[in-house]
Amino acid sequence: MAYRDSPFQELKVPLTWAAGAATIIALALAIFVFASDRRDQAKASAQALGHPQVRAGFDSVIAPVSGVLAAPTRWIGDGFGSVGDYINAVSENKKLKKRMAELQQLQNENIALRNLTRRYEDLLKLRTEPPIPMVTGRVVTDTRGPFSNARLIDVGAASGVKIGNPAMTDLGVVGRVVGVSSGASRLLLLTDPESRTPVLVDRTNARAVLAGDGGSNPRLDYIRGKDTLKNGDLIVTSGDGGLFPRGLPVGVAAQDVRGIWRLHLFSDRGTIDFVRVLLYDDFSQVVNQAQLAATALPPLAPSEAAQVKAAAAKPTAANPAAPTQAVKAPKGPTANKPTDVAVKPVASRAAARTKAGEYRRVRTPNRPPSVDDRALPQYDPNQPQGRPNDGRAGA
Amino acid sequence: MSRTPSRPLEPWRWLGVPALLAIVATIALGAPLRIFTLSLPEPIFPMVLAFAWAIIRPSVLGPFLLIVLGLFLDLFFAAPLGLWPISLLVAYGSSLIARTLMVGQEVEVMALFYGLATTGGFLSAYVLVAIAGHTQANLIALLWQMAVTLALFPFAVMLRNRFRDADIRFR
Repeated sequence: MAYRDSPFQELKVPLTWAAGAATIIALALAIFVFASDRRDQAKASAQALGHPQVRAGFDSVIAPVSGVLAAPTRWIGDGFGSVGDYINAVSENKKLKKRMAELQQLQNENIALRNLTRRYEDLLKLRTEPPIPMVTGRVVTDTRGPFSNARLIDVGAASGVKIGNPAMTDLGVVGRVVGVSSGASRLLLLTDPESRTPVLVDRTNARAVLAGDGGSNPRLDYIRGKDTLKNGDLIVTSGDGGLFPRGLPVGVAAQDVRGIWRLHLFSDRGTIDFVRVLLYDDFSQVVNQAQLAATALPPLAPSEAAQVKAAAAKPTAANPAAPTQAVKAPKGPTANKPTDVAVKPVASRAAARTKAGEYRRVRTPNRPPSVDDRALPQYDPNQPQGRPNDGRAGA
Repeated sequence: MSRTPSRPLEPWRWLGVPALLAIVATIALGAPLRIFTLSLPEPIFPMVLAFAWAIIRPSVLGPFLLIVLGLFLDLFFAAPLGLWPISLLVAYGSSLIARTLMVGQEVEVMALFYGLATTGGFLSAYVLVAIAGHTQANLIALLWQMAVTLALFPFAVMLRNRFRDADIRFR
């Protein structure tokens, strides 16, 4: 029967129009959702995706479901892996023996360097960064593609994971946490188009920003300095901005055919089935604020202690009745308030600064007056405004 | 001999079941494994449905189910919410417009239209990411995902053949 002769042609036209109208309405709804997601992301913290509650709920449901549904794929992959291992066993064994010989030499150098570094740190009284606690999680899903690169792992807020925590494998940095639910977390990979990571070139200390674009080799943008990069340079995290700790290995630089600097990621060298999430918020976490506030000043040397004792025993003109065991602050708001510098720990940073000033003055009583000791420049109405009288105006 | 009455085409048969299969296939291919150093392909299974549903018959439910599938993809891939619904609806809308041109044509012509609809869908996603994220997605990665999605065309043909004659009004 020809179309035009069909008795149902009257039904077809309204349904087609209704489907068209439904498509337009659905498209408008989708555009609204997209716009609201962008707005929500702008309002939320810069480290999280839009609609974090919805995503966290979805992740907590999909993580166990994925574990079950992806199991057959996993088994097939493991089967192929076993076959591949069997086929490549001989050549891989040769490579590993060669690599082991190289690593043995590196290990010896590493021991010597570590020893030397520790001595330097002790000599310089360098404050090293404390070890960062980590939790290990298994990757449940791995999504790739040009528009998003993310992974779902089976550890979440219950294990202490927070949004912003960096994640790495034994090879290098993978990405950072952008969503957390109780038992699962979402990692945004370094290759995601929305990922931006501050890095530095290990050889030249030049800064750059690692920008993902959905491909397997993210770009290096905003490279500081000229000729600071060459093929094969090691790239590590710079720690700028406090997002990542400094010095985590990221990859090796290489120039593509268009002359754009890109990275061969270390984490891309093997299957990412397990990741370690560094429970690291930002650089302020490295500093123990309570300990910093409670730090006592170092004890005086015996000769300095004798000088302090002598100075304290001698009554000063400003306060002849000062107690013998205390040191008086010479100027400022704490004047006439006896403080036992050597014994009492300081209670706050402000107090520490004040007492450090007192301590400096006490321990070197015979030194020439420094800038700190000079009287503050007084306002002189004869001087031009905005230029204090610093003693050179009349010269 | 009396003719057996034909079963009515119920939405769950041609909309629900394929949508569920697309979700399962997406999750299955989201497994984090590599075979001989190559990671698994990640096609957009719902793109097949966006094309096939439009040519099987016009439907009011179809576009809204595509929104659900698109939102699932957004959440599963950690993409901006709304990205894949728009992309799928662009493919669906273009296929719906071209539906009358495809009726009665050979499979090769249908493949051409499938390619055009898929390209339209991916292009819209590319433009949205470029506008919203101020960055251009990697073209090689884009072409690779498009290629594996285009390779799903036989499933679209199977779906069409399965349900084409289910409702005589839409022959």
